[in-house]
Amino acid sequence: MTSLNFEAIFQSKIDDEVKIEPKDWMPDAYRKTLIRQISQHAHSEIVGMLPEGNWITRAPSLRRKLILLAKVQDEAGHGLYLYSAAETLGADRDDLVQQLLTGKAKYSSIFNYPTLNWADIGAIGWLVDGAAITNQVMLTRTSYGPYARAMVRICKEESFHQRQGYELMMAMAFGSPEQKSMAQDALNRWWWPALMMFGPHDAESTHSDQALKWKIKRKSNDELRQNFVDVTVPQAEYLGLTVPDPDLCWNEERGRYDFGKINWDEFWNVVKGNGPCNRQRIQARTKAYEDGAWVREAAMAHAEKKEQRRMQPEAASKAA
Amino acid sequence: MIKYLLQLADNALILGHRLGEWCGHAPEMELDIALTNIALDLTGQARSLYQRVAELEGLGKDEDDYAYLRDAWEFRNALLVEQPNGDFAHTLFRQFVFDAYNYHLHQALTHSKDEWLAGFAAKSLKEITYHLRFSSEWMLRLGDGTELSNAKLKAAIEDLWGYSGELATPNDVEKELAQQGIIPDLNLLKPAIEAKMSEVFVAANVGVAAGMFMHIGGKDGRHSEHLGFILSEMQFLQRAYPGLEW
Ligand SMILES: [Fe+2]
Ligand SMILES: [Fe+2]
Ligand SMILES: [Fe+2]
Repeated sequence: MTSLNFEAIFQSKIDDEVKIEPKDWMPDAYRKTLIRQISQHAHSEIVGMLPEGNWITRAPSLRRKLILLAKVQDEAGHGLYLYSAAETLGADRDDLVQQLLTGKAKYSSIFNYPTLNWADIGAIGWLVDGAAITNQVMLTRTSYGPYARAMVRICKEESFHQRQGYELMMAMAFGSPEQKSMAQDALNRWWWPALMMFGPHDAESTHSDQALKWKIKRKSNDELRQNFVDVTVPQAEYLGLTVPDPDLCWNEERGRYDFGKINWDEFWNVVKGNGPCNRQRIQARTKAYEDGAWVREAAMAHAEKKEQRRMQPEAASKAA
Repeated sequence: MIKYLLQLADNALILGHRLGEWCGHAPEMELDIALTNIALDLTGQARSLYQRVAELEGLGKDEDDYAYLRDAWEFRNALLVEQPNGDFAHTLFRQFVFDAYNYHLHQALTHSKDEWLAGFAAKSLKEITYHLRFSSEWMLRLGDGTELSNAKLKAAIEDLWGYSGELATPNDVEKELAQQGIIPDLNLLKPAIEAKMSEVFVAANVGVAAGMFMHIGGKDGRHSEHLGFILSEMQFLQRAYPGLEW
């Protein structure tokens, strides 16, 4: 068969909604795109542990502390499944992590913003996990099998996080005046970065067309962003909080919200490394990686020695 | 009894807090998940114990009043659990010492004359059994792994050994409850704890200098300098904005 035939079979599987599995033939570019996207997603989960982890030791009640610990732990689990999904495409977890630490690979820019008051933990669950779900629900039907299956589990947990985040926002917004102002401050700072999570406008998005054709992605950035705004604005109203967008208004004709212009200069600035915490996030991950090297080496050396002792029980007992 | 339950609760709370400091910074993702798991278990145990204290005291307090509104001298955790995380060897060795004690303690507490405590112990024992398995396995990995990891583990033992004796050295509260058959006599528990520790030490190819001085006092509210900083961080919101629901 010529590669043209392979490609035709591949595309027809995609068109028929048959999942592509690790051993199936796939175009190189499809494989590369997936590795890039899945590993970026994995990196985002892992870096995303940092802004929320920042409040674990200051969680104001035992119940909240347990919820937050469990949430950040879930994100570590998401990172693990996603790295495993990337490994089914022939990538190596350690290489991927290297790419993150050297700045070669990107992660979601949202995690380059700081968590400054306790309501940020609610706002992240509500808005960031919320935007992530809006983005990712379509990935449960993405064409690559292992990725789709990982996303089913991840989305379930993300929607749990989203509800817990909103519940925290309710406690704050309906609490004391100070608590309400923390909630408003958090919304002010997280709203626009959350809208930026959907990426550039469709017209400027470089990867979108091919990704749609391959059904890696199934809806456009702008479509998803609009869905998110439509769902989230009434939730903010219920909390009695003000969305920091003077141009936000209901468009009767469209049956959707119109909203203001996103500051793309800020977006690109953060992508390029100039967000408030880009440097600190990568430094924290690098420190964990470097400080942990001797621990990983010890575990490996122990496993090897154990295997050797198992293979040559006499030699080991003689040596002892 | 209340003082004793606070001892148990404070140990779990403070050690869980320390482990939570690792979250996002552990040597590998699997360890991040495992350490957070233990933090979750311990914090959950602390919660049940504070709830029980609140019930027994009947002063209308809730679990958070005990965690967030007491000062350092009212905390009854052992000195060991408030020691800083240090490198992974320090965290791990601290955990192993605590788990070895905690496992044997809870096993014995399942026979407590106090029905609530026996039930609590039975429930927690499942979690603690896993903790001990985790920390014992990692003691082996570090001790047997590389020259460097063995040296780091030895350094951690050297630093922390002086805090390893307090847990199983009975204070007055524990002596009295032991007489009433509510908790085990710690002196009788010691051999089993020490046997477990030396079994793991031998396998991990590490040793302990005999006759090192043992610090005590945490269980009676005399702490190291570290606890004040833990509390100032942990209690910040409750202290800055008193009386609110979070
Ligand atoms: Fe995510
Ligand atoms: Fe996640
Ligand atoms: Fe999440």
